[in-house]
Amino acid sequence: MCLAIPAKIEKMLSGEFAIVDVGGIKKEISIALVPDVVEGDYVIIHVGFALNKLDEAEALKTLEIMEQINEIH
Amino acid sequence: MKYIKEFRDGKKAQILADKIKKEIKQNYAFMEFCGGHTHAIFRYGLQDLLPPEIKMIHGPGCPVCILPEKVIKQAIDLTMDPNILFCSYGDLLRVPGPKGDTLLKARSRGANISMVYSSLDALSLARKNPDKKIIFMGIGFETTAPATAMAIKMASDEKLNNFFVFCNHVLTPSAIQNIFNSPDLRDMKELKIDGLLGPSHVSSIIGTKPYDYFAEEFEKPVVVAGFEPLDVLQAILMLVKQVNEKRAVVENQYTRVVDVEGNKKAKDLVAEIFELERNFEWRGLGIIPYSSLKIKKAYEYFDIKNHVTLSEENVLGHKACQCGAILRGTKTALDCKLFGNPCTPENPLGPCMVSAEGACGAYYHWYKSKDDIAQRPIDLR
Repeated sequence: MCLAIPAKIEKMLSGEFAIVDVGGIKKEISIALVPDVVEGDYVIIHVGFALNKLDEAEALKTLEIMEQINEIH
Repeated sequence: MKYIKEFRDGKKAQILADKIKKEIKQNYAFMEFCGGHTHAIFRYGLQDLLPPEIKMIHGPGCPVCILPEKVIKQAIDLTMDPNILFCSYGDLLRVPGPKGDTLLKARSRGANISMVYSSLDALSLARKNPDKKIIFMGIGFETTAPATAMAIKMASDEKLNNFFVFCNHVLTPSAIQNIFNSPDLRDMKELKIDGLLGPSHVSSIIGTKPYDYFAEEFEKPVVVAGFEPLDVLQAILMLVKQVNEKRAVVENQYTRVVDVEGNKKAKDLVAEIFELERNFEWRGLGIIPYSSLKIKKAYEYFDIKNHVTLSEENVLGHKACQCGAILRGTKTALDCKLFGNPCTPENPLGPCMVSAEGACGAYYHWYKSKDDIAQRPIDLR
């Protein structure tokens, strides 16, 4: 139920809506809850809404921490 | 898909699992509150990857699982009116209510019931069918509450007079508190919880702050984790380290989406439309005060409870069903006589079997039968 997925904002539409790309599938969603997003941003989408922005720098940081675990292994 | 596949890398999962193994100093029992984590643990076989000293207890964070039979009966009753078009998220349609009746069965008897992906789809149906009353059944935790709030707000702005909400939104922190306070968890030594895997997307809305209380009051570590397998493993490693170092703080593994404060706009919207309901009955956990949302007076027109009197008659589920104890984490799906036969996802007798995020549904979906589980090298129980 709370399984939300990352999607890229492809095109802003009027009235706080946007087209997102979810693994090749285009979908119209509401961006009313994340007012500061721009085209190209990644957002987490759930039940037709973007819930939050996905911070790409933080995503890379998390992957780096996992890599470091590999190194000290 | 970007930001998904990187977090599903099998080799990295093995490295994380090996690292966890090296850190093991005792037995650990961690509860994943959220059904999304339960789903990930089963789907990616994480329990098989983890050392046997780590036991994952599957919590009550599956919104359809915790709805009591009474609410399902109320929903079915609402669909009896031919002028009503009842809308809900898909999983809800198969949740068994009184005598195994479901919304899906009500639909086969002729009720107007529509499965929607979003609350906004229900709103569109209201716009397109001015002669019908549209009831949207709002269910879920903090993740879905803003979507319901937005639909009510838009209906109010557009002065739609045929859109109503049957509100059953519940709150995560109240349920966690109830579990930590539950006598069977406090008294049964073998079922102590050493830490909590905090929800992913609930936390994207509420932030990590609400968990500070649990870390302080119950001295349990909390690690908010993403839903991908590497996220779950990394968070378990963080929990193991906290327990080893005798720390109990809130840590955030899912920094790419979650921060301390959460989504202010979503929280403000929820606060504008909803207030706390005095009591809500959770399946398995009983009545928990101030654990659910009700529509505020300013928007009361959209609350179906102000237009229809709902039956408060107590409805009992299948008497052998163990979903209550399973939701409290004191039993597993395998302790239930009904599991696999006759209770299956096609014919669920209890709510935990309905969705793959429910503990029984997850067991069944990925392991099928008790025999299958018995043959596995690691004791899943």
